[in-house]
Amino acid sequence: MSHSPSGTAADHSAHSHGPDGHHHESFLRKYVFSQDHKVIGIQYGLTSLLFLLFGFTLMMMMRWQLAYPEQQLPALRFALPFGVVGLIVLAYSRFRPGIHMVVGTAIVLLGWLVYWLATDEAMMPGGIMLPEFYNSLGAMHGTIMVFLGVVPLAVGAFGNYVMPLQIGAPDMAFPKLNMMSYWVYFVGGVVMLVSFFVPGGAANSGWTSYPPLSHIATTGQTVWLFGMIFLITSSLLGSVNFIVTVIQLRAKGLHFMRLPFFVWAQFVTSFLLLLAFPPLEAAGVLQLMDRLAGTSFFLPSGLVISGELLPNTGGGSPLLWQHLFWFLAHPEVYVLILPAMGIIAEVIANNTRKPLWGYKSLVYAAVFLGFTSFIVWAHHMFLTGMGTAISSFFQTTTMIISIPSVIILSAFFISLHGGSIRFNSAMLFALAFLPMFGIGGLTGLPLGLSASDIALHDTYYVIGHFHYVVAPGTIFALLAGIYYWFPKITGRVLNERLGKVHFWGSFVCMNVIFFPMLIQGLAGVSRRLYDGGAQYAHALDVLYLNEWMSVGAWAMALFQIVFIVNIFRSLRSGEAAKENHWQATTLEWSAAPTPPVAHGNFAKVPEVFRGPYEYSVPGAASDFTPQNHSG
Amino acid sequence: MEIPYTVHTRPDTGLYNAKLGIWLFLASEVMLFGALFTTYILLRVGALEWPHGSAILNVPLATVNTVVLITSSITMVMSWASLKMKAFSKYRMYMGLTFLLGIGFLIIKSIEYAAKFEHHLFPANNTFFAIYFTLTGLHGLHVIGGMIVNGYLWGPGSRMWKTDPERFTNRVEVAGLYWHFVDLVWIFLFPVLYLL
Repeated sequence: MSHSPSGTAADHSAHSHGPDGHHHESFLRKYVFSQDHKVIGIQYGLTSLLFLLFGFTLMMMMRWQLAYPEQQLPALRFALPFGVVGLIVLAYSRFRPGIHMVVGTAIVLLGWLVYWLATDEAMMPGGIMLPEFYNSLGAMHGTIMVFLGVVPLAVGAFGNYVMPLQIGAPDMAFPKLNMMSYWVYFVGGVVMLVSFFVPGGAANSGWTSYPPLSHIATTGQTVWLFGMIFLITSSLLGSVNFIVTVIQLRAKGLHFMRLPFFVWAQFVTSFLLLLAFPPLEAAGVLQLMDRLAGTSFFLPSGLVISGELLPNTGGGSPLLWQHLFWFLAHPEVYVLILPAMGIIAEVIANNTRKPLWGYKSLVYAAVFLGFTSFIVWAHHMFLTGMGTAISSFFQTTTMIISIPSVIILSAFFISLHGGSIRFNSAMLFALAFLPMFGIGGLTGLPLGLSASDIALHDTYYVIGHFHYVVAPGTIFALLAGIYYWFPKITGRVLNERLGKVHFWGSFVCMNVIFFPMLIQGLAGVSRRLYDGGAQYAHALDVLYLNEWMSVGAWAMALFQIVFIVNIFRSLRSGEAAKENHWQATTLEWSAAPTPPVAHGNFAKVPEVFRGPYEYSVPGAASDFTPQNHSG
Repeated sequence: MEIPYTVHTRPDTGLYNAKLGIWLFLASEVMLFGALFTTYILLRVGALEWPHGSAILNVPLATVNTVVLITSSITMVMSWASLKMKAFSKYRMYMGLTFLLGIGFLIIKSIEYAAKFEHHLFPANNTFFAIYFTLTGLHGLHVIGGMIVNGYLWGPGSRMWKTDPERFTNRVEVAGLYWHFVDLVWIFLFPVLYLL
């Protein structure tokens, strides 16, 4: 076995950077404006987890309104848990500066923001939510979860931290650019948060920002557009960096068909970000021109709003926005799911102790998925009257793109067959991902067919569908990734008992939240209804589900508290991780010390002799043969 | 541990990092301008009437500007070629010329803009001016971005010639690729907006 000899002496505290770390770097250079991909990965990870928490809380406030329409919202019940969790984390800091201090303070501040939002008289007069504010919460929930939460966590955090280690690279190809993409993302996030404080509140035209609604929206929409331009720029810089790193910095012997599937997933994802985001940037610029310079890119002639003719000259097309938006936003769905599949591949192969089934077909499926994701966007627009010919084209491509997804999911299922599965927390989340993503994917088929979409379009069925893909799908995969790589990153192991509480609680709650949405949607309840459908006769039979879902969401929050406490408790006093803690084959475990050293990553440049998943090879010395094992 | 292939090419890909990076960046730029050109086409196809560019825009000035930009692309190549031939003073001259031609382009462009504003022709007037100002404005920003890089490579950045000439030559090549792209965008903009 060729464990890396160095790093055994590495100190297992949260900030240790090994014996050969850079001693001359100032605090700012080392932890704030760091150019080390691992520090940047951790920065991305913590920031995006905090945004996930905040975006989740916005939704919990919406769920209050849906469960108990126009009743006073108990602001303290929403804000206090933040205070308690923040204080617990601060207590673990032992009141010394460090990661606990920063995150604890951030959580307390988020709690203050939530309290401020819930008691703001302009938006919540007497504690009762205004419809405009409900719209704001919906728009910002979507924006924050997608652009500030899941993508930065999946790509910015996991991609940044794990990918260079898995390919045996000393760092990303452009470390300065890497630092810049984090800070541009951070500024974008701050801009989004600030938008809650402008007159009229944050953007309230949905995360899709369809004109003309978004054109007549309050100032918050303009701030949203500026925020988006920052976020888009950040992911452009990041994606260039990722692609160059994968192509140029692979270790000797690591040719493309030996890359771990996780790297492949990040690689394809980066191409999607690189090529799909610029059209949205263009669309954002055009919408800014519409709002600030008085142009009419997205405004038709003779548009009358509230009995008044809009002063704009018209001549534009609202559908143009939808095309440009979905040209990004459909590939974005695969940006959300591909890195998740990459994580699942690593966790499954490692915990079944057998090679991933059909590695090559997985790779080809991911690449094919990437290509086809660019030609399915208008299946979000079947009801815009774009014509049956175009609808047929896009429903065909949509059916085609389901094939690679099914190949990937099937390969994962078959990989389980005959394995001696280790049911640790990471694996539990990975196993739950499979059926949950399965439900998400299969419920998408009726939406992809233009005939059945007529009935389901813009109902809660759609919400249920994409949340099954992203929440118990992608987010479960991300959680699996956190449990799996936590020992590598911190040198400590997350507590298994708390992990299992977290898993089973989240698993049950996710389904309590999202399955009723499918039922409501099939009953015809529309999405984005301020009262959850109470004013519609056809919704009355399924209205009781609103309270169920809301209680599910709040219970879900309690189980996430377990997770947060687990992270910071384990960071302080968790079981120390062994070198190659999960006995994995990929380079980040077998060649780099745990936790990895500062700049450089590897004691000596690794060389790769075999594929990524050589588990239980007959005749081998142990049930795993690391990629850098030459024998 | 140093990051490999910052200067020399990786044998199996034949590229150094920055060169691959700039090509990828340009690919994303193609998508950005591609989306805007698509917008132009859709707006024009859907319009009841569309002004002929040459009737309201200044074609002679734009023609001069086209020549200016193409010339600047040539001087850009010459500056890189000079470095390849180890002629640093020639490099300074050609890079300086590139920068000045960029300024020339911006001056002519701002004369055009000023004339439009004088006649109260703003983006809000109609969709033609909306897309005209958006496309040329965004292109102008790209020109300014390129000039900042070129100016840096002409001035303070050129100190690298003494310490790491090969890497410096690569930098000029990468800046050149970007500059040619900006030039190319204009070569599409000119006929689309002024002549069609």
